[in-house]
Amino acid sequence: MATLEIHDLHVSVEAENGPREILKGVDLTIKQGETHAVMGPNGSGKSTLAYSLAGHPKYTVTGGTVTLDGEDVLEMSVDERARAGVFLAMQYPVEVPGVSVSNFLRTSATAVRGEAPKLRTWVKEVKSAMEQLQMDPAFAERNVNEGFSGGEKKRHEILQLELLKPRIAILDETDSGLDVDALRIVSEGVNRVRETGEVGTLLITHYTRILRYIKPDFVHVFANGRIAESGGAELADQLENEGYDKYVKGGASA
Amino acid sequence: MAEAQNIPAGSTTAGSIAVAAESTVATRMSAPPSFDVADFPVPHGREEEWRFTPLARLRGLHDGTAIASGEGVKVEIEAPEGVTVETVGRDDQRLGKAGTPVDRVAAQAYTSFEKASVVTVAKEAVLTEPIRISVHGVGGVAFGHQVIELGAFAEAVVVIDHTGDAVLAANVDYVLGDGAKLTVVSVQDWDENAVHVAQHNALVGRDASFKSVVVTFGGDVVRIHPRVSYAAPGGEAELFGLYFTDAGQHQEHRLLVDHNTPHCKSNVAYKGALQGQDAHAVWIGDVLIQAAAEGTDTYELNRNLVLTDGARVDSVPNLEIETGEIAGAGHASATGRFDDEQLFYLMARGIPEAEARRLVVRGFFAELVQQIGLPDVQERLIAKIEAELEASV
Repeated sequence: MATLEIHDLHVSVEAENGPREILKGVDLTIKQGETHAVMGPNGSGKSTLAYSLAGHPKYTVTGGTVTLDGEDVLEMSVDERARAGVFLAMQYPVEVPGVSVSNFLRTSATAVRGEAPKLRTWVKEVKSAMEQLQMDPAFAERNVNEGFSGGEKKRHEILQLELLKPRIAILDETDSGLDVDALRIVSEGVNRVRETGEVGTLLITHYTRILRYIKPDFVHVFANGRIAESGGAELADQLENEGYDKYVKGGASA
Repeated sequence: MAEAQNIPAGSTTAGSIAVAAESTVATRMSAPPSFDVADFPVPHGREEEWRFTPLARLRGLHDGTAIASGEGVKVEIEAPEGVTVETVGRDDQRLGKAGTPVDRVAAQAYTSFEKASVVTVAKEAVLTEPIRISVHGVGGVAFGHQVIELGAFAEAVVVIDHTGDAVLAANVDYVLGDGAKLTVVSVQDWDENAVHVAQHNALVGRDASFKSVVVTFGGDVVRIHPRVSYAAPGGEAELFGLYFTDAGQHQEHRLLVDHNTPHCKSNVAYKGALQGQDAHAVWIGDVLIQAAAEGTDTYELNRNLVLTDGARVDSVPNLEIETGEIAGAGHASATGRFDDEQLFYLMARGIPEAEARRLVVRGFFAELVQQIGLPDVQERLIAKIEAELEASV
């Protein structure tokens, strides 16, 4: 069973006046089949956690460990992490001009699966995944994220999640900028993947809204670069009512 | 390619070919067009037509100090049946009919060449094999002139390959008779020190179709100036270009489509990728629709993909319209970067770095390559693009 273990993770970014520490000792273990919601105010470091796990070059790990089934994730390049089964659904997916969605998906699936998917089954697979996410087939011929609406970008991220079948899925504010219909469609996509029991999910969000659709097993409050409190789904209800005030006092610099 | 479907029924006249009228875009040039180099002042680099070009790297082509030496370039022409290939002297009446040199280097080439090649495709001859012209530089300076002339309703594909090392200034004339169809692929695959400055003049006859594909990979300085004008209504011109500019290279493509005649079409699409320090690509797209050219339909596009820091693109589309009675006119120019965020996005989906670059570059060129319509040329270009990527990333 796949397990992602984050231990005492410290991460800095380069700022104008030298490195600035954003993550200040994160401990978190995510097992296949589990869903962890990480919630926190803006600037608390949630997205830094997501991007650091995926290996974005902007972030420098200054301490701690991240392992996937004992393998050192921090030693891996970005593409190696993805092939090892770590998937990041991005808050701001990047436009890649000149590369069609269909070409991108196939290249990506080939890389992650280690062999090119058989063309006939692949076409069916993509088509049905797109239908379930209520995406127009013409979408496949557009360039990756180019001119996509906010909702289209997020559906496209979840489409990749469904096709790439990672062992650990990190969803970085997938709910942001979505209307209720799009949120439901996207959440259903995430739930289809979760229901396989094959994926450990790290759901990063600012709002509790998405948790009505995706029920977490664990909720963690993220504040000032670390996990301030952990609990079950009931912690989300408490956050809904009380907000983050009690966690940001004294840590308001972030 | 479609077979002869544009031939109007019952048309038998070959039609006469007029000398191309010069455009008023010429008013932006420092001197009027002329076959005589003495009519052009030596450029100093601030002229509109020279301001992007590194004159110091032209090895004297612009100031009269480049003197033809040794063999310069070897020209070999392989032509199927139905084609006449001649080497002619300066006084041959068929030279210079498609256009007049518009800048000093083109005029220098016209003033200095000794022998010209004239390739003639007989009227109504439809070639099934391409005409292949190899221009191979063997070091030294050369001035060239080539004429490719298609009689009425003739159809031909010409592939011109430039390889080796040379300092070459040349004029190439394409003369299309009525209803003729000509596709020309000019590949600049020079060694790294070559300098190549050329003016291509196409004169498109009534209902004729001209397709030009200009592909530039190699050389130190390559400056190609394709120009099109129309001898009679109904002509079509497609000008495609593809370039891959590496560190230190200067690749300049300047185009002029002179809509001087009613009911003609033109479509220009040039795409380039750049990588490496001081890679410099220049694209100038001039389209002129003269007052008489009612019913003109034209579009021009330039796209650049900058793969690394340190590269520079100058892209200047220019559309001058002197009549409102046209079918369509437009232009677009855009330069984008392949940046670290795109690379991260693709790699975060498991795609290794080198493949991510390939994916982006191949995708960028794919649509243009497909429009060339010649499968063997297309395959060669894709392979060459991949090799360029392998070589320096």
